[in-house]
Amino acid sequence: MRADLEIIQEWITPGSKVLDLGCGNGELLTFLQQQKQITGYGVEVDHDNITACIEKGVNVIEKNIDEGLASIDDSSFDTVIMTQALQVMYRPDQIVDEMLRIGKECIVTFPNFGHWRARGYLAFRGRMPVSKFLPYTWYNTPNIHFCTFKDFEQLCVERNIHILDRTVVDNEHKHHWSIRLWPNMLGEIAIYRITR
Amino acid sequence: MPQSFPQDSVGIVTPQTIRFDQPLALACGRQLDSYELIIETYGTLNADASNAILVCHALSGNHHLAGYHSEEESKPGWWDSAIGPGKPIDTNIFFVIGLNNLGGCHGSTGPQSINPETGKPFGPDFPIMTVPDWVESQARLADHFGIQQWAAVVGGSLGGMQALQWAINYPQRLRHCLIIAAAPKLSAQNIAFNEVARQAITRDPDFNNGHFYENGKVPKTGLMLARMLGHITYLSDDGMREKFGRELREGKISYDFNPQFEVESYLRYQGERFSTAFDANTYLLMTKALDYFDPAAEYGHNLNDAVRNALCKFMVIAFTSDWRFSPERSREIVDALVAAEKKVSYAEVDSDHGHDAFLIPNPRYMDIYSAYMKQVANDIPATGKENN
Repeated sequence: MRADLEIIQEWITPGSKVLDLGCGNGELLTFLQQQKQITGYGVEVDHDNITACIEKGVNVIEKNIDEGLASIDDSSFDTVIMTQALQVMYRPDQIVDEMLRIGKECIVTFPNFGHWRARGYLAFRGRMPVSKFLPYTWYNTPNIHFCTFKDFEQLCVERNIHILDRTVVDNEHKHHWSIRLWPNMLGEIAIYRITR
Repeated sequence: MPQSFPQDSVGIVTPQTIRFDQPLALACGRQLDSYELIIETYGTLNADASNAILVCHALSGNHHLAGYHSEEESKPGWWDSAIGPGKPIDTNIFFVIGLNNLGGCHGSTGPQSINPETGKPFGPDFPIMTVPDWVESQARLADHFGIQQWAAVVGGSLGGMQALQWAINYPQRLRHCLIIAAAPKLSAQNIAFNEVARQAITRDPDFNNGHFYENGKVPKTGLMLARMLGHITYLSDDGMREKFGRELREGKISYDFNPQFEVESYLRYQGERFSTAFDANTYLLMTKALDYFDPAAEYGHNLNDAVRNALCKFMVIAFTSDWRFSPERSREIVDALVAAEKKVSYAEVDSDHGHDAFLIPNPRYMDIYSAYMKQVANDIPATGKENN
């Protein structure tokens, strides 16, 4: 399993109701169904991923999350998860608000644009960072709203969002002591557990 | 004429007629004392009758889902693309039943049948059928085969509505429900189109208040108009542009009222073919069954409550260019199922074939269909698989 999913699953209560926004091929939901007896749904737009979910027996709803989640009632899920998709959203702030409305708790992961490599790339080459981890160029990237950990935490302060847990990992999803010391510089992926 | 059938065809199939003598009480307050259903089956029912799939038909459909009635038949059954060995509904795994619904005109008891009370065809006196009535008759068909629980009930359009009604009325009797290109109830616009179709038929002088069998004449013009109108609503604007554009049959405008555009002659051809092949009274009945379909009505018009007792898993599929039952309508069903915490998946397939898309194979549609049917196959109890 993808290492960030390994970390997330520890935060999921057995038997709870989970919504996974941008659920990919259903890997996390399959694991949670088998290991934690959760119920719930994935939301996805990629055709191959949707078919993969259906084949696995994961409930998947084809939907563009940018169109909103208005059809889902308040607090109808125990946990709403969004992994590595916040930065592709048209309005990440509104999506986070919606996630917090329909879920009692939310888990959000995103790439940290404040990582030293990104900073260095822009500072020394004067160009938008391209890396193995973020391989797109500026004109074709789906990642239209990059932020740093500090940016995200600032949003949480402004919107009165409580951060219950924060884990910062490098792109191999290891938490090294140095990352804990200087997360916005050394952490590549942030994993936040938030509530309102 | 197919010299030999494709490998993935069920080949030659023969319909059978089953008679039911237990009276069937209907929503309209009347009852059918006895009735017949014409059906076709494909594949083999396993020992514990756990691999059976019921396929419900839409407005003008029937029991002939797949394969050919004879070597001479030029076209296979209406859902041949989805049913056969190795196809999404794999007849190597499943036992598939297709039927002609009550009120139909392809061999089940309907307006053309003789009314035992009068010795004449029922005609317009045939009781109005509803989707719940059909589900009841289909449940008796299941009993006839000893099928306690369908592996799945599947349908497109009006057929999908029957599948949804099954999940609500008989939660214990199906494990999966596939609702394709359907809606939880008709919109005012849908009903309006149906009403124009009915007016076209009933105002045809040859309709004779539905007693046209005696005259040896059928309301051809009315049925043709109804079908032409219906056909437009089954296609999409883009699909029609792609297929016909503004092509002229003779290459130039003739300044008269003869059909000149390709789309005109196509619609006339489709309408005329249909007008001799379909029964006008059945057409009226089918449109009424559509108009009346509203499973939420009995639950305070709350669809969430209507589906709350369902026990099966659901697959809902819609097509982007379908404006008769648009993706929004399918999402109403999905939203209700999610709100009621049911197991459901939903896919919205790109197609420019409009409502007809549910009958037309398209790689993504068939992938999803096959993927879901694998789940249906996996959920056949192990004892059934061993006996198969």
